[in-house]
Amino acid sequence: MPAIFPKWTNQLPFLIAAGLVLAGGVVTAGVTYYFTPKYSRVGYQPIQPVPFSHAVHAGQLGIDCRYCHTTVEKSWFSNIPSASTCMNCHNQVLKDDARLALVRDSATNGVPIYWVQIHRLPDYAYFNHSVHVRRGISCVECHGRVDQMDEVRHAQPLTMAFCLDCHRDPAAFIRPESKVTDLGWQWSTNADVAAEMQTTNGVKFVHDWRVQSLDNCSACHR
Amino acid sequence: MRYFLLIFLTVVAVVFGIAGRRGHLSRKPPILIIPDLNHQFKLRPEQPNGFFANGLSSQLPPPGTIPRSQPMPTLNGPVYPYEDSPANTGRTTGTTNFVDTNPLPVTPALLRQGREQFEIYCTPCHGALGDGNGIMKKLGVMPAVANLHDKRIVEMTDGEIFNTVTHGKNLMGAYGPTVPVKERWAIIAYVRALQLSWLGSTNNLPPNLQAALK
Ligand code: HEC
Ligand code: HEC
Ligand code: HEC
Ligand code: HEC
Ligand code: HEC
Ligand code: HEC
Repeated sequence: MPAIFPKWTNQLPFLIAAGLVLAGGVVTAGVTYYFTPKYSRVGYQPIQPVPFSHAVHAGQLGIDCRYCHTTVEKSWFSNIPSASTCMNCHNQVLKDDARLALVRDSATNGVPIYWVQIHRLPDYAYFNHSVHVRRGISCVECHGRVDQMDEVRHAQPLTMAFCLDCHRDPAAFIRPESKVTDLGWQWSTNADVAAEMQTTNGVKFVHDWRVQSLDNCSACHR
Repeated sequence: MRYFLLIFLTVVAVVFGIAGRRGHLSRKPPILIIPDLNHQFKLRPEQPNGFFANGLSSQLPPPGTIPRSQPMPTLNGPVYPYEDSPANTGRTTGTTNFVDTNPLPVTPALLRQGREQFEIYCTPCHGALGDGNGIMKKLGVMPAVANLHDKRIVEMTDGEIFNTVTHGKNLMGAYGPTVPVKERWAIIAYVRALQLSWLGSTNNLPPNLQAALK
């Protein structure tokens, strides 16, 4: 009588176990890799109604961020410029360009331009631009090298962990207030010297400006 | 066993192929599984809002209303933003004559603020020195930028420059909507400092600074 279970079935439990471990491991790895804002938010780059380029305006022309985002150091909110701000220049530059049709329409008739919002925190978290910008935290920490982007993309995850990494140790990021909108600025071109100056000056700024290390929940969930 | 591995690897490859790596370009907004608390019923600036007839969340104040405000200290006492005062209009009260000089006390702090604001709002066109050679002229896209060291502008009253900055003039746009009153006066104080630096000679400097230059 042949065996009901042939000999190879002896391996079956091991194979099943190995398969489950493998599948479980890969699924876990997939979830950690994908189910996070580092995947879902970073890289979000919607198509904007007007092909406005920060690389041209902020990078090449060197316009300060605050020329357009005027409220960024005065309020919690950073505004998107109105069409009249664009028309300061575009009444002469590219005066009849088709790409700027919406801007001209908005400036003359007040039709809003529906820019697509890219960065947005959940409504239960409180954020404030002015406190960061006025304390020497550069736009680049949270928005990446916008001055090199033709279209703005979401460069940082903006998760709670991301916020806290800095709030626990602001000295590692703080820079002179006048360099906040100069995104490519470094203490020195030599990486080692720059890191050292960041530590010494960071500690000094944190002390002189009495920067707090805010990681109590009510700072952001109020 | 072979089949299991084959299928498994295909599934992994397909998922990875579709989902891509972290940080890849995505045109669609991030997926929110439970959006309730993330998007609450509250006004956020610059968002569409069906509650108002024009569909905007950022409404203009109704005509005749006054924003809650702090008075601005000037040489002639505190001035509120709604007052018809030289500090707000650049004109002598009740007339259309421009005031000659800055109504704000010109202090080092004001000049520092003026420099910061000038470099934000004016340098793209007028250049860091105010000589009209900003990046826009260098690129040749905006030929007719005024040189702020022109005799005409040097002799212009502070009030008239204030008026130009606030309402624009000819080809220059208005900066009243974006630059607050105090900062406009700070810019003007700084423009005057720039003009002085252009006209002055080293002999006008205090002796200790003169020595440093030699
Ligand atoms: C000439 C005007 C102008 C200047 C200068 C400018 N921006 Fe912008 N910015 C815009 C406009 C218009 C938008 C909306 C369209 C878009 O997202 O591309 C925008 C969008 C953005 C966004 C995305 C907003 C969102 O929806 O989340 C960020 C971040 C940003 N700007 C940062 C900067 C930084 C940092 C600088 C300085 C290096 C800067 N901008 C300079 C006009 C400007
Ligand atoms: C300080 C002056 C200035 C301001 C303010 C300004 N632009 Fe421009 N813009 C320029 C110049 C200069 C160019 C380059 C023209 C060229 O390529 O010949 C340009 C180019 C463009 C282009 C063509 C894109 C490209 O890649 O060449 C678009 C679209 C545009 N601007 C949109 C805007 C919008 C929208 C705003 C308002 C948020 C704005 N600009 C504000 C000066 C300005
Ligand atoms: C500490 C991090 C941080 C810094 C520094 C920072 N931002 Fe932001 N920014 C954010 C966050 C978070 C949001 C999303 C806010 C929201 O939910 O509306 C945002 C939103 C924006 C927006 C879009 C606003 C909207 O609703 O469309 C603009 C424009 C912007 N930032 C510009 C700037 C500029 C310019 C600077 C530098 C002067 C800057 N930010 C510095 C974190 C930062
Ligand atoms: C690169 C550093 C950095 C990052 C990133 C950062 N912060 Fe901050 N934050 C600071 C500093 C510095 C202060 C100023 C602390 C002080 O006033 O002493 C601050 C202050 C604040 C305050 C003001 C608290 C108060 O008491 O008024 C809030 C709210 C806040 N941050 C929220 C956030 C949120 C939300 C994020 C994530 C999107 C974030 N921050 C990311 C550095 C950072
Ligand atoms: C620096 C600001 C900051 C501080 C301090 C902070 N949070 Fe948050 N928290 C955030 C932000 C921003 C988010 C939204 C994160 C996101 O959308 O990815 C968040 C999200 C959360 C969430 C929702 C998480 C989720 O994934 O849905 C919880 C719960 C939370 N915080 C609890 C806390 C508690 C408890 C504390 C105190 C120990 C705390 N937070 C302190 C900024 C902060
Ligand atoms: C977008 C480019 C641009 C910017 C930015 C700009 N200007 Fe001008 N400005 C011009 C042009 C162009 C003229 C020449 C106007 C004409 O006569 O057609 C001018 C002329 C002037 C004049 C002379 C007006 C007259 O009576 O002839 C003054 C004063 C002046 N600007 C001051 C400023 C100040 C102060 C700022 C910063 C707040 C500023 N401008 C920003 C483009 C600009």
